[in-house]
Amino acid sequence: MTIGNTMAVPLSYYLILSAFVFLTGVVGVLIRRNLIVILLSVELMLNATNINFVAFSEYFHQVAGQVFVFFALTVAAAEVAVGLAIIIALHRAQSTIYVDELNLLKR
Amino acid sequence: MTIPVQDLLAILPELVVIGTACLILVLDPILAASKKDLLAWLTLAALAVCLGLTSSQMTGRIFVFSDLVVIDAYASFWKLLLYIVTGLTVLLSLAYLKAERLNIGEYYGFILLSLAGMMVMVSGADLLTIYLGTELMSLSLYVMAGLKRTDARSLEASAKYFVLGAFSSGILLYGISLLFGLAGSTRLSVIADAIATQGTGHPLLSLALVLLAVGFGFKLAVVPFHMWTPDVYQGAPTSVTAFMAVASKAASFGAFLRVFVEGLGGVSADWSILFTVICLATLALGNLVAIVQTNIKRMLAYSSIAHAGYALIGVVVAGRQGGATASTGLASVLLYIAVYSFMTLGAFALVGMLRKEGQESETIEEYAGLAKREPLAAFFMLVFLVSLAGIPPTAGFIGKFYIFMAAVNGGMAWLAVVAVIFAAISAFYYLRIVMVMYMREPDGSTQSQSRLETSPALSFVLACALAGVVLLGLFPDSLWSLATHAAPLLK
Repeated sequence: MTIGNTMAVPLSYYLILSAFVFLTGVVGVLIRRNLIVILLSVELMLNATNINFVAFSEYFHQVAGQVFVFFALTVAAAEVAVGLAIIIALHRAQSTIYVDELNLLKR
Repeated sequence: MTIPVQDLLAILPELVVIGTACLILVLDPILAASKKDLLAWLTLAALAVCLGLTSSQMTGRIFVFSDLVVIDAYASFWKLLLYIVTGLTVLLSLAYLKAERLNIGEYYGFILLSLAGMMVMVSGADLLTIYLGTELMSLSLYVMAGLKRTDARSLEASAKYFVLGAFSSGILLYGISLLFGLAGSTRLSVIADAIATQGTGHPLLSLALVLLAVGFGFKLAVVPFHMWTPDVYQGAPTSVTAFMAVASKAASFGAFLRVFVEGLGGVSADWSILFTVICLATLALGNLVAIVQTNIKRMLAYSSIAHAGYALIGVVVAGRQGGATASTGLASVLLYIAVYSFMTLGAFALVGMLRKEGQESETIEEYAGLAKREPLAAFFMLVFLVSLAGIPPTAGFIGKFYIFMAAVNGGMAWLAVVAVIFAAISAFYYLRIVMVMYMREPDGSTQSQSRLETSPALSFVLACALAGVVLLGLFPDSLWSLATHAAPLLK
């Protein structure tokens, strides 16, 4: 939170936090095999972005960054809706949601 | 808060597309299953209206919605191309959905929603609009890829596309947030100014550049971000594959060029090196791996990867040179993608409708002896493949010619030479299919052989694609003048 015109927490703290959350998400997508966990990891990546936007927005006193967060959140929600629908349909067809067991294609 | 009327008028094509999409989603449950074709004609009518509206937006450059959206000849060029390929895809789908017994009306709604996303992408003047457009396009495409709900392969393609697509847009968005941190705005012009005043040395700028390149790399399907392409193109319904290979690639190139030339033009020295490497890797891997494919959809997927590589040559030239040379490089990219659209759409239309016992003939083996069974279909395929290989007098040759000329004029002759070598390699796998069609006899053991399931809509699509390939090959001037009119608007 800000007190007057100064940020109580320096900008760099937010950026380091967001970088950490983002990397957690990236690593999660790359090493986890369960589609739901991958979806969660993607959400972590998107939320890391939101931390960035809000922190920069506060730093520059530019409301545009916070507006971007609203759009990003909406898109993330839509993405989850579509993603879960696909995962459910996939589970019905193949009885698995582990990406390394999805090997019908590739021949 | 009220929205000015001229702002709404400027985005009238987008409004028409979204409005029609919503109308289709409402009408779909009301209509009887036998009347779903009406929705396709409604889609085509909307596209015709948009074609007229956008044709009147070819001059001038206006910014609307507080500089979020720009309407100029560059955006209109891509939109016109997108209308044409979407219209052809809809006609193809009319035939394809019937053959697959997919009686789903919402399909056309998703096509239009996806098209709306693409239109927003190409006329975005702010990373916010470009991001939202990309997401609208991608989310619709994820659903469309999995539309054959009874087919596990289609759903697998959809899931793979979704995971990698969502991953890449996460990376893209992080890059955007870093650019916002550098410039204090996501507007492309402000970002360009910030780079000009602050210099190019900031480490966050380099990081943002790489993240944006990765994000767009996935959408463009360039190596090393191409892993999803063969699987998704193979598993998705073929009409959707055609739409993804053509429209989504065109829109991604449109937005990609605008972001990198207009917003990040100040660091073009950095990204041109990056894209030179990506371009070489794409040309090499796309062309070499296509050789060993036995499934024609996978082969065309690798071919589309390789074609993105050729188009990137123009981007690299634009990054390394300034002024007129850069504009020519960009114009050659526009021309190349337009030409690529016609030949790829034609090839996928044939692949989707060449069927055996209600199934698509996906393996190249099944094309044996096609020239005897279906002489006309084999001839059409021959023209599309010859054009994809870049052999004169087809449009594919013209596209490559302009790209290579731009490379030579931009002092990148070595890149043109490398690309010519890969084009020669590509002739091998394209002409192998021609050889299979014309010279090999089908296996005598199987009774039924693949035939083309003709319909008026399919004939029209094929005729349009053939006309595009032949006419643009013989008379490229009008398209080239459109491209050279549109390209200098970036900068």
